[in-house]
Amino acid sequence: MTVLAAIRPDSWNFPLFLHVLGAMILVGGLLTGVSSLAFARGDVRFLRLGYWSLLAVSLPGWILMRAGGEWIASREGWTKEGVPSPTWLDIGFLLADLGGLIILISLIVGGVGVYRLRAGKGSGLLKATLVLSTIALAAYVVAVWAMAGKPN
Amino acid sequence: MSFNDWLLALHVLSAFSYVAGIVLFWILIVAVRKIDTPEETIRMEPIVKVGNAAVAIGGVGTILLGIWLAFALDGYAIWDGWIIAALILWAIAGAFGQRTGAAYMQGMTKAKELEAGGQGGTNAELLALNRTSSGVLMHTLASLVILLLLLDMIFKPGA
Repeated sequence: MTVLAAIRPDSWNFPLFLHVLGAMILVGGLLTGVSSLAFARGDVRFLRLGYWSLLAVSLPGWILMRAGGEWIASREGWTKEGVPSPTWLDIGFLLADLGGLIILISLIVGGVGVYRLRAGKGSGLLKATLVLSTIALAAYVVAVWAMAGKPN
Repeated sequence: MSFNDWLLALHVLSAFSYVAGIVLFWILIVAVRKIDTPEETIRMEPIVKVGNAAVAIGGVGTILLGIWLAFALDGYAIWDGWIIAALILWAIAGAFGQRTGAAYMQGMTKAKELEAGGQGGTNAELLALNRTSSGVLMHTLASLVILLLLLDMIFKPGA
């Protein structure tokens, strides 16, 4: 697989770059969001920082990662009808989409939580955002392992 | 998965850890520009530690596993131009990163001094330190070098 990577056509490189860059931004945003929410201890500024890290960094990163992933999969011929996809790609797609759904739910829940903070109410919903974004971060660590190690 | 496949996966995970740390520090750089009290500056310390750990794990993991893979895998050699370029870029990024850390630690140190002296309110000098332009410049340069490193790893010029 690694030798294959070394000789992959040049036309695959740019979509792969966008895919990896998006994934790195996504993971960075999640790490920041999780850290800020975990260490906020009720401080409104840090709760908001955690939420906005997810919204303004992770979400754009996810879009770039997913679009780049679809592009590179198409270039490599995995999206053609009748072509069986390898296990590592199935894991990657599954976790990318599942993680995206979890992030979306965490953003909706967190958005309501931030709105409630403005009204002086508790930060319980942002704790749910913390749990969901931690799960998404763990899922993407597994996805990176699968995409890089390419288990059969 | 072979042993080398595992090492490659850990090498890539290390790269993700490194860039995740860089992204985390960008978010903190933006956030700290509005912070002018010792208490809130100090409250950032646990998040800074997470970023430091991510960069440290990423930095050590990428270089050690990358060098191992350069020797272990057929088709790669440590003297390949793109690998030498990666080693140089890794060292430059680390140097810029250290300078970024030093610039922002001035604000943290000042905040701790103020808190120890019982001066808990807003402080213009602390705000100026938290808005360090040299820190922003160093982090921008580190980020650009890491971007070049990523391009080098993916495009492998000359391979």
